Amino acid sequence: MLRFFLRRLLVAIPTIILISIFVFMLQKLLPGDPVLAMAGEDRDPETLARLRAKYRLNDPLFVQYWTWITGVLQGDFGNSIRTGEPIAKLIGQKLPVTLQLAAMSMFFATLIGIPMGIISAVKKGTKTDFAANVVALSGLSIPNFWLGIMMILLVSVHWQLLPASGYVPPTEDLGQSLRTMLMPAFVLGTGLAAALMRHTRSAMLEVLRQDYVRTARAKGLIERRVVLKHAFRNALTPIVTLLALLFGELVAGAVLTEQIFTIPGFGKLIVDAVFNRDYAVVQGVVLVTAFGFILMNLLADMAYMLLNPRLRKN
Amino acid sequence: MKKTLLLAALLGATAFSAQAGNLRIGLESDPDALDPDKSRTFVGRIVFTSLCDKLFDITPELEIVPQLATASTTSDDGKTMTLTLREGVTFHDGTPFDAEAVKANIERSKTFDESVRKSELTSIETIDVVDDLTVRFNLSAPDAPLIAQLADRSGMMMAPSALSPEFSNAPVCSGPFKYVERVAQDKIVLEKYEDYWNADAIDLDGVTYTIIPDSTVRLANLQSGDIDIVNQLAATDAEAVRNAKGISFANITGLGYQGLTFNLANGEMAQTPLGQDAKVRKAFDLALDRAAISQVVFDGLFQPASQPFSPSSPYYNPDFPPVERDIEAAKALLAEAGVAVPLKVKIQVPNTPVTMQLVQVIQSMVAEAGFEVEIIAKEFATLLNDADVGDFQISQQGWSGRIDPDGNIHQFVTTGAGFNDGQYSNAEIDSLLNEARTVSDPAKRVELYQKAAAIYSEDRPLLYLYHLAWLYGIDDKVQGLTLYPDGMLRLEGVSVAD
Amino acid sequence: MTNIPTTDTAVADTVLDRPSESRAWRKFRSHSIGKAGAFMVAFFVILAVLAPVLPLQDPVATDWGAVRKSPSFAHWLGTDEIGRDLLSRMIWGARASLLAGVVSVAIAVILGVPLGILAGYFGGWTDAVISRCTEALLAMPFLILAIALAAFLGPSLTNAMLAIGIAAMPVFIRITRGQVLTVAAEDYVESARAVGLSTPKILRRYVLPNVLPPILVQATLTVATAIIAEASLSFLGLGQQPPSPSWGSMLNTAKNFLSQAPWMALWPGIAIFIVVLGFNLLGDGLRDALDPRSD
Repeated sequence: MLRFFLRRLLVAIPTIILISIFVFMLQKLLPGDPVLAMAGEDRDPETLARLRAKYRLNDPLFVQYWTWITGVLQGDFGNSIRTGEPIAKLIGQKLPVTLQLAAMSMFFATLIGIPMGIISAVKKGTKTDFAANVVALSGLSIPNFWLGIMMILLVSVHWQLLPASGYVPPTEDLGQSLRTMLMPAFVLGTGLAAALMRHTRSAMLEVLRQDYVRTARAKGLIERRVVLKHAFRNALTPIVTLLALLFGELVAGAVLTEQIFTIPGFGKLIVDAVFNRDYAVVQGVVLVTAFGFILMNLLADMAYMLLNPRLRKN
Repeated sequence: MKKTLLLAALLGATAFSAQAGNLRIGLESDPDALDPDKSRTFVGRIVFTSLCDKLFDITPELEIVPQLATASTTSDDGKTMTLTLREGVTFHDGTPFDAEAVKANIERSKTFDESVRKSELTSIETIDVVDDLTVRFNLSAPDAPLIAQLADRSGMMMAPSALSPEFSNAPVCSGPFKYVERVAQDKIVLEKYEDYWNADAIDLDGVTYTIIPDSTVRLANLQSGDIDIVNQLAATDAEAVRNAKGISFANITGLGYQGLTFNLANGEMAQTPLGQDAKVRKAFDLALDRAAISQVVFDGLFQPASQPFSPSSPYYNPDFPPVERDIEAAKALLAEAGVAVPLKVKIQVPNTPVTMQLVQVIQSMVAEAGFEVEIIAKEFATLLNDADVGDFQISQQGWSGRIDPDGNIHQFVTTGAGFNDGQYSNAEIDSLLNEARTVSDPAKRVELYQKAAAIYSEDRPLLYLYHLAWLYGIDDKVQGLTLYPDGMLRLEGVSVAD
Repeated sequence: MTNIPTTDTAVADTVLDRPSESRAWRKFRSHSIGKAGAFMVAFFVILAVLAPVLPLQDPVATDWGAVRKSPSFAHWLGTDEIGRDLLSRMIWGARASLLAGVVSVAIAVILGVPLGILAGYFGGWTDAVISRCTEALLAMPFLILAIALAAFLGPSLTNAMLAIGIAAMPVFIRITRGQVLTVAAEDYVESARAVGLSTPKILRRYVLPNVLPPILVQATLTVATAIIAEASLSFLGLGQQPPSPSWGSMLNTAKNFLSQAPWMALWPGIAIFIVVLGFNLLGDGLRDALDPRSD
C-alpha cells in the first residue's frame, strides 16, 4: 500500500512541475500591465517604472520562474501585487471558506442524491424511476449561476428570508454562518446531487444483479433489509470514490457560486486576481488548487483499493 | 423532523442586528493597500476618511478647512508654507502627533520607493521643524494645488512609529477610528479611537466596510438590514429605494466625470479622420443626446456635462453648458470634412455592465449621424494598457475628480502628461495650465482655466459626457450623515438609532 | 501473435461494425428520453438557423421609449435595458450559444482525438509526454482554466470557444487513449499489423471506428457543458461582446435589473436549461444505444 502510494506520488511530481510552468507562463502571457492596473488614477511614468522593478517584472522569464518556484518550495508564495498581503495568508484565509461551502454542498447532495439513486434503482423502469431520472438530469442542466440569481431574487429580495451575500465564520456565530451558506450550498449542491443520484443508481443496479443479493432475497429477507444491508453496502465503494473525486470538482464549481453570493472564498480570490492582473495570486492559487486536485485523486484511488480487496492483490 | 426544525430555526432567526452604534457600509470593490502612500483606489480613500486624519479637510462647499493643521500661512513669494498643528493629537498607538511626524510623513511620501504620491508633492524641497507644533515647507515654486493635495491622501498622517513598507498590514493613523482587521475581498473592520482629538463628534462605536461588488446584491443587503449604507447605488435602483420602507435614497453631484478620450497622435491608431480632424470629433459630439443618455442609463440622475468641472465647483465654467444634440449639423460637419459615411470607429470600453449600456446607447445615437461604432470591451487592466500604448481610437474613461481644478484637467491635456493617452499637444494650453498652478488668486486662476477651456473645447481631445453623481441607499436608522461632493463618507455626527 | 489471413480481418470488420450501427439506430429510436432530447435540441437549432428569415425585430435596434418593458403584445418577451426586443435577442442569442457549444467541442475533438490515438497507439515516450500534459491540464479545474485562457486571449465569443475547447480537450485525449489501448490489443489489429498493413491504414480502418462511438457520446454531453461554460464566461464578461446577444451575456446584464425587470433574467436562464437538458438527454440516449452490453 505504502509503495503504491509513493509510486503514485512520484508519478505526480512531473505533472506538478508541468502545471507550475504552465501556470507561470499563462500569467506572463496575459495582456494588460498589472502595474498600470495598480496605478489606476495615480499614473506617473516614474512610479510605474519603479513598481515594475520592485516586482521584478523586468527580469528574464526563467529568472522570474526560478525566484517564484524556490519561494513556493519554502512556503513563500510572495505578496499580492494589489494589496501587498502575503499570498500564503490569503490562501489560508480563503480555503476554509470554500471548504465549508463544499462540505455543506456535499451534505445536501448526499442527502438528496443517494436516497434518490437507491429508490430509482429499486424501482427501475417505473414512473418513479423515470421521474427521478428527469429530476436528476434537470439538476445537471440548470446553470447554477442562474439558479443562484433567481434564488437571491426570490429568497432574499422578495421574501427576505436569507441574507443575499456574505460570509460569517462558524467560529464566530454558527447559526449565522449556516444561514449565510444555506443558499449557496444548495445551489452548488444541485449539480452534485444529480451526479450522485445517477452514479448511485447504476452502482445499485450492478449490485442488485449479483448472486448474493438474489440469495439474500431467496432466503426470504425482507426487501428493505436486502436493499440497505446487502446491496447498498456493496454499492458504497464506487460512491465513496466518486465523492472524493467530486469534492475537487466542488471546489472548482465554487468559482461562480462565490462570485454570485459574494463569498470571500478561493474561487472569488482567483477570479478577482485574474481580473486585477494580480499575477502572483493567480499563480499561487492555481498551483494549490491543482495540487489539491491531484491529492484528492490519489486519495480516491487509495480508497478504492482499500474498499476493494480484489484490486489490492494486483 | 429534526432537520425541518433546524431549518425552521435557521430561517426564523431574525436578521442579526449588529451591536448598537456600529455602522455597516457596503462598498463596491475591495480597496487596495491600506497605506496612503500606496493607495490608488477610490474605495480606499473612503476607508481612509475614517482611519486617517489629514492636515486639511474640505466642507461640502469645497472650501478647505483645518483638520490636523489649524492654520497655514504662505509667504508673499509663494515659496514657503508654514503650518500650525493641532495640539494634543495622538496616533492610534498612543504616540504623539507633532511637527516631526509631519516631516517624516511628507518625506516618506516623497522618497518611499512604492509611493504614488511623489508627483503631488514635487514642489516641496525641504521641510523645517520650527517647533513641536509648527512646520515649514520650502517650495521650489509657488504651488496652488498643494493645499488641496494636503486635504487628500498626501496629507494623511501615519504614525512614524509604524512606518514600514508593510504599513498596510496594520495601519496606524490618527483618525476617528482605528484598524481592527481586514479580510481581503470581504470586509475591513474599524473601531472607535477613544483618544481621538474630536471624540465628542463621534457617536459610533465602530464601522465595518463590507465588500459587495454586485449592485443588486448590495441593495438586497440594505433591504434585508444586513448593511446600513449602500455606496454607489445603481442609478436604476434609485426608484426602488425611494419606494421601499425603512430605507432612503440620497445623492450628490460629484467632482468627477465620464468621457471619451480620442487618440490624436499616439501611434498608428491615431491616423483616422476622427483623430486628425476636429470637425469629425465635433460631429461625434453633436450626435450625442446627453439628456437621453442620462435618462436611459441613469434614470436622469447624472447631469450631462461638456466640461471637466463639476457644477458644485467654483471653477465650473458657465460658458460651456452641455452640448445639445444637432444631428443635421453633425451630418453637415462630416460632409464638410469630406469623410465617407458610414465612418467606422472603434470605442474601447471597460466591460462593466453600466459602461456597456452607456456605449451601446452612444453607438445607436451616433449611427444616425453616420458613425458605425464597433465596441471593443476589455477588462480594465487591458484597457489602461491599450490606452497607454496608443492601441485605441476612442477610449471610454472616467475620472473620480479632485478638489483642486488642476487635478481634473492638467494631467489630461498638457503635453506628455500621465493621462494624456491621446497625446494631445498644444503649447498654449500647456502654458496656461502650468501658470494656473503657480497663481494663488482664485479669480486669476478661474480666468486661466476659462482661457484654456476655450481652446480644448474646440480641439476636443476628449469629450465629457456627464458629471458623476454619488448615489446612496441609506437605512433610516442612520442619522446625521452629510454628503460631500468628493464622495467620501465622513462619519462625524453620524449615529445609528435602534 | 496469431496468423490469420487478411480476408478474415475483413470479415471481422463488417461483422463488428455494420450491424451495430443499425442496431444502435433502432435502439435509439425506441429510447424515449433520448428522442425527447433530440427534439429539444432540434427545436433550438431550427430557431437559430431560421433567425435571419423569421419576422423578428432587429436584435440590436434600440428604442428609448420602451426601456425595460415587461412582456406585451408588441414585445412578447419584453424589452431589455436599452429597449431592444428580447424575443429577437433570445433567438439570435441561440445562435451564439449553440455555436459556442458545438465549435468548442469540435476544437476539443479535433485536437484531442489525434493526440489520444498517438498516445495510445505508439505508447512509450509519446504516450508519457502526452499523458503527463493531459494530467496537468486535468488537474486544473475546467472553469478556472477556461477563465484564465479567456482572459489571456481577450474577451470575445471566438476566444471563449477556443478557451473552452482547450479546457475540454484532455477528456477526449484520455477517452481516446483508453479506447485505443483496448482496440490495439485485439486480435484482428494484431494480425493486421502482422500482415504488414500500414499504420495510418490500421488507425483509419480499425482503430478510429471503435473509438468514435464513445467519443460521440462524450461530445454530446460536452456540448451541454460547453454551453454552460460559454454562458458562465459571458456572464463574467469574457464571452460574447455587445451589442450581439448571447444567453450568457444577456444574463450578465440582467442581473443588474433583477428587481425592476426580472424577465430579463428569466428567459435566457430557461433557454440555457432546456438546451442543456436536451443535449444531456440526447447523450444519455446515444450512450444506451451505442453500448454493446445493454440490450
